[in-house]
Amino acid sequence: MSYDKRLDGRKSFEDLRPIEAKTGVVKRADGSAMFRIGRTMAYATVYGPRDLYPKFLQNPSTGILRCNYNMMPYSGRGERVKPGGNRRAKEISMVMEKALLPVVDLSQFPNSVVDVFVELPQTDAGSRCAGICAASIALADAGIPMKDLVSAVSVGRVDDKIVADLDYQEEAYENGPVADIPVAVIPNSGKISLLQMDGEISKEDLRKCLELAKKVCLQIYEVQKQTLKEKYTGFESGADENEKFSEPEVPEQSGSEEMKGDYNAQ
Amino acid sequence: MGEITVENKKIAVPGEILAKGMDYLPGSGTYREGENIHAGKMGLVNIEGRAIKLISLSGKYLPKRGDTIIGRVEDVAFSGWRVSMNCAYSAMLSIVEATSEFIPKGADLTKYLDVGDYIMAKITNVTSQILVDLTMKGPGLRKLGAGRILEVNTNKVPRIIGKQGSMVSMIKQATDCRILVGQNGLIWIQGEPSGELIAVDAIRKIEKESHISGLTDRIKEYLEGKTGKKIEISASTENREFQEEEDNRYQDSERSFSGGERREFPGRRRFSGNRRFQGERR
Repeated sequence: MSYDKRLDGRKSFEDLRPIEAKTGVVKRADGSAMFRIGRTMAYATVYGPRDLYPKFLQNPSTGILRCNYNMMPYSGRGERVKPGGNRRAKEISMVMEKALLPVVDLSQFPNSVVDVFVELPQTDAGSRCAGICAASIALADAGIPMKDLVSAVSVGRVDDKIVADLDYQEEAYENGPVADIPVAVIPNSGKISLLQMDGEISKEDLRKCLELAKKVCLQIYEVQKQTLKEKYTGFESGADENEKFSEPEVPEQSGSEEMKGDYNAQ
Repeated sequence: MGEITVENKKIAVPGEILAKGMDYLPGSGTYREGENIHAGKMGLVNIEGRAIKLISLSGKYLPKRGDTIIGRVEDVAFSGWRVSMNCAYSAMLSIVEATSEFIPKGADLTKYLDVGDYIMAKITNVTSQILVDLTMKGPGLRKLGAGRILEVNTNKVPRIIGKQGSMVSMIKQATDCRILVGQNGLIWIQGEPSGELIAVDAIRKIEKESHISGLTDRIKEYLEGKTGKKIEISASTENREFQEEEDNRYQDSERSFSGGERREFPGRRRFSGNRRFQGERR
């Protein structure tokens, strides 16, 4: 039996789940973004460059980037996710940081830090990729010098098919072998800044997967670009920008409180 | 041959190709890779002849020599004060630079400036590691008294001051407030509470709407509606000099991607310190 139809009803094996992105979602942060792909949703907030303590972490030749990945307690499927850090979150924070670092240039800000907090209110596989996409929009929104954006997606194989953007059902497919490969691509150069894999795959298939990842990442890149531009298009035309940027009544408090908690935890 | 691939005054996102070919020159906020010029951050595209640069819309303040800033005394040391400036770096204000008064050795420095006081000061030096020195010697540089402090995006400061200082003087005229604007995005406002509130709202409005054309008219309308006063927009000739500086500052307020260069102010400016800030007339 082969995998001949996507479980969530997507038409093609190369189709992504529906994407939605928004920037400037957390008012008190220096930069922020929401990125949703299917049922996976990531909020990224950026603070800084700001002063860095303890002092031994400071780097006199450049500013540093610090990422924090956090799944919210109710974000998983079924079981409650234990809040706070764990080994998985720590690893993902580290790989996100390494995925973003090649495009971020903090040499103007010695001894300082740029903090990126990625919060996931809802996940359905591909959360680190969604996190990277959101974080790169938020960094750009914060005015951090960057050579490029970073787009990320997971590709892989389900049984005999090469697929893009696996959701949880596909990742947990039981009637054949599965490989899940999160990839982050720097769109302009086509370079890869994140490559991990869970499962097994042949050399040829891996090549195909990476080609596919580069292709679909361009679709994500377009969304990221549009999102950033949209933040200011209301301004240019002069059309109801007030409505668009009116102070969010409830989210402001809750959003900032939550991030404050994170900051203190550092 | 070379061609520009973006429109002037439009938003560019990091990595976006701004121009192709060697006919154009990368300005601040952009970089060249191969033959193409790319955006090095998010900003507004500004094409001037052959040079392409980006004007920032967001980002924290980066201290720069010659800037007049509003800071908060955060610590009192042996030989001076440490001042925070609403950015990643703090500055040092030494006794000598703080006052022309004689301060005996071992005197209690909190008599002059205490923790929590706000000051208007000028940046005299910035090192490669961004150690910042301040001075309070100069016209208009002083300890700030009662009033309210407002935090705004530093990239909008030129807009709040306005072309030829028009914006801030308009708000002052309408609200009868004393207003000082620091390059680091802190604003000090003092006046009647009702006037202060209107000034705060007006500044917030400028910050939010600085991208839409006809900003001055809209703010004028807003202020007139709030105060019921008729406002005449007139940049008096006595302001002219510093106004021009303001305009130039806006043009120059961007730094290059590498961030290495720090521009010296041409001589004329070095002596005109506070005038840029529409400090109260003395």
